[in-house]
Amino acid sequence: MTSPLSNMDEVSPSPATPEPEEQVRGLSQGRIVFKRFMDHRGAVIGIIVFVLVLILAVSSIGLGPIPGWWKYSYKDTPDIVNGGHPTLQWFPFHLGEHPFGQDRVGRDMFAMTMRGAQISISIMLIVGIVAAAVGILIGASAGFFRGKTEAILMRFTDMIIIIPSLIAAAVIATTSRQLGGVWFLAAFLGLVSWTGMARLVRGDFLTLREREFVDAARLAGASNRRIIFKHILPNAIGVITVNTTLLMSSAILTETALSYVGLGVQPPDISLGLLISQNQAAFSTRPWLFWWPGLFIVIICLCVNFVGDGLRDAFDPRQKKFRLKKDKGEQRLAPAALESPIDDALHGSSGATEPGRP
Amino acid sequence: MLSYIVRRLVASLFILLGASFIVYLLIAYSGDPLASIRSSNSPSKDAQIANRTEMLNLNVPPVLRYFVWLGGAVKCVVPFAGQCDLGVTLQNQPVTEALGQAIPATLQLLTAATLLAIVFGVAIGVVTALRQYSTLDYSVTFISFLFFSLPVFWVAVLLKEFGAIKFNNFLATATIAPGVIVTIALISGLVWAVIVAGTWRRRAITFGVAAAVTALVLVFLSATKWFQTPSLGPVVIAVTGVAIAYGATILFAGLRNRRALYSALICVGVGVIAYFALQPLLENIGLWGLVGLFVLSIAIAWAIGHFMGGYDRTQSIRAAVLTTFGMGLLIVIDQFMQNWQAYSENPLVRGRPIPTIGSKIPGLNGDFWITGLDTMTHLILPTISIILISLASYTRYSRASMLEVMGQDYVRTARAKGLSERVVVTRHAFRNALIPLATIVAFDIGGLIGGAVITENVFSFQGMGQLFLTGIKNIDPNPVMGVAIVTGITAVVFNLLADLAYSALDPRVRVKA
Repeated sequence: MTSPLSNMDEVSPSPATPEPEEQVRGLSQGRIVFKRFMDHRGAVIGIIVFVLVLILAVSSIGLGPIPGWWKYSYKDTPDIVNGGHPTLQWFPFHLGEHPFGQDRVGRDMFAMTMRGAQISISIMLIVGIVAAAVGILIGASAGFFRGKTEAILMRFTDMIIIIPSLIAAAVIATTSRQLGGVWFLAAFLGLVSWTGMARLVRGDFLTLREREFVDAARLAGASNRRIIFKHILPNAIGVITVNTTLLMSSAILTETALSYVGLGVQPPDISLGLLISQNQAAFSTRPWLFWWPGLFIVIICLCVNFVGDGLRDAFDPRQKKFRLKKDKGEQRLAPAALESPIDDALHGSSGATEPGRP
Repeated sequence: MLSYIVRRLVASLFILLGASFIVYLLIAYSGDPLASIRSSNSPSKDAQIANRTEMLNLNVPPVLRYFVWLGGAVKCVVPFAGQCDLGVTLQNQPVTEALGQAIPATLQLLTAATLLAIVFGVAIGVVTALRQYSTLDYSVTFISFLFFSLPVFWVAVLLKEFGAIKFNNFLATATIAPGVIVTIALISGLVWAVIVAGTWRRRAITFGVAAAVTALVLVFLSATKWFQTPSLGPVVIAVTGVAIAYGATILFAGLRNRRALYSALICVGVGVIAYFALQPLLENIGLWGLVGLFVLSIAIAWAIGHFMGGYDRTQSIRAAVLTTFGMGLLIVIDQFMQNWQAYSENPLVRGRPIPTIGSKIPGLNGDFWITGLDTMTHLILPTISIILISLASYTRYSRASMLEVMGQDYVRTARAKGLSERVVVTRHAFRNALIPLATIVAFDIGGLIGGAVITENVFSFQGMGQLFLTGIKNIDPNPVMGVAIVTGITAVVFNLLADLAYSALDPRVRVKA
């Protein structure tokens, strides 16, 4: 049995214009977002590179008790080969004994950078998750219940904004060694960086709670909890996802900065920021100790930023309108191209146009 | 309106109290302030411990100690309550005094950086928005994401290595290697080709011309050892001045407004004459004399624009004033350059003018130009690192805001009226695009005073951030509290100002009275 609707779809194909048909067929929100995300070249490259970095970091030195394919651990102190210079060769590709070089006591920089990347990425993820969870909870309660709850929660948020995260980090730096090290640091950083998320979620909830579907759910007898989590929250997922990625990219920079001034990850743990901090004095003699961790921070952060940008575009309902306008603009501009040399180039090169220009 | 402000201020007071309480407890519980004494082998150990316990009231539990601190701090804001007292640092220096030294240093470091970042960021953002989806747009987007992802300390260390140490080495010979000239010329050609855009032929021509001109200039600079004895000279000043005059006229009035163009060009002429006339005076000038000259020149420019008139006086005045501003800047830069050799050959500088740390060379004596150069060479690297990091966000914000505005109906209406694109962009779109930016800028300025902790740390700059950081490291609550409270108050005040500015700029937004 086919429903009349799907039947209609089948009997009225429009082979000449495949695109309208695609638009007629209902796409789920997730599907639309995914499609738009895949259209964003920067974001796709970002996510691929990020996954590659993650695989490299995890597989090379292994995770916890599981060994990786790289021969040295970040704790080993093998003999210094070649004065500690990096042995990495691109043409022909050849890793050599110590691809990223060795530090003063002979520790393998590749293993240390990989370990640092692991730690930095996990801190980033934990901060993202904790901050998102707290921010959503507080923002959603404030936006949904309004009144006194909102006033108290938002004043509390304002208070947390004022407290400098360096102070929180200083407290953790001294206590974290007994309490689980970096995980504790990450969780605590999450606990002070949820404020932006709370404000955004509250704003979204304030408008969403006035919509008809919320009234309908309430009439159907849904509890507050059910309305918040099942009805409103899925509608706010765009803001939340985008903000979480931005949170993560700033978390990795915060963590490295804290480690740099000695208030973040404490030795013997390793993070990328700590590696730079330990090696900056040796910049003139062993610059590779400084380049590689920095490069990895930049790559990770850049990828997360691009993914966040792609998500923002994908979730933005106006994005489609912009695209349409762009196509229209190209058609409208086409005759003028004969007169203006600028349009020629625009059509020829990147397919770009200036919708603002008449 | 007034009741709104009062309510906000009262709420802010409670927020500040709560936040300061939490900060105090956090710093008090972050470690043992006596640890450094306990680990020492000094014979007077017990006396020192007793001394410090007394000084910091360590016998009082932290919760109560906060109220002792608060009792002193309240005197700073309540009039006639007595001497302002924020406690003392571990070195027995009053915190108010330490703050008094740190705040000007931080403002000195961050004001120029923030202003430049805002001006360049907004300009770049607007240009990329006007040319959305062009090569320029994509490149700027990528570069701003890259800058956004750079750890500031990493950039700072790189700048110290390449901007200071390597550059000072280069200054010893001041000759540029041919390979470097070719590379820079190619890069400059590429940048110009991307900026100018157009047909492939036009791009290729731009690329060739820009690369050739850059190469020639670099060869000239290298051959004359310009970097050791830099100067602009009247010719360069005049040519640049004419370019500025045309730019200002295009921006404010359009080239069809000949009166505006002529008033700007007259300003260039006056500026060149002033360059020769003022040389002896500028030699021995002080800061206030320079400020006075600047005000005077702006007044003259205003008068020129006013009397040249035209159908719209304000346009002529604006073009004239902006041109004169540029000319004044050029003349001052030239004067600094003339003193460059004297500065760099100073026995305290020893031919390595770009320092890596500090805010001034102690014991350096000299006139306004020498000390000015000293300050500038110390500020340049931290300023660059701060600009690089914050430029990205301003670019992104202003681009998004400009794109939003360019899609509005009133922009279409303005075009439909037949206004030129210049008027549409500068009068209708740009001004409205600045409204959301005002909030962000106010917020950023509020955060300025807290200092760039990391940047100050890398460059050993004794500002608020450094005071804060040493306080945290030594578990010294009073300076930390001092910094936190100053930052907190400015943040709260500028937050309020941002909201008020928003409602003043955008009539659609009204504060809840």
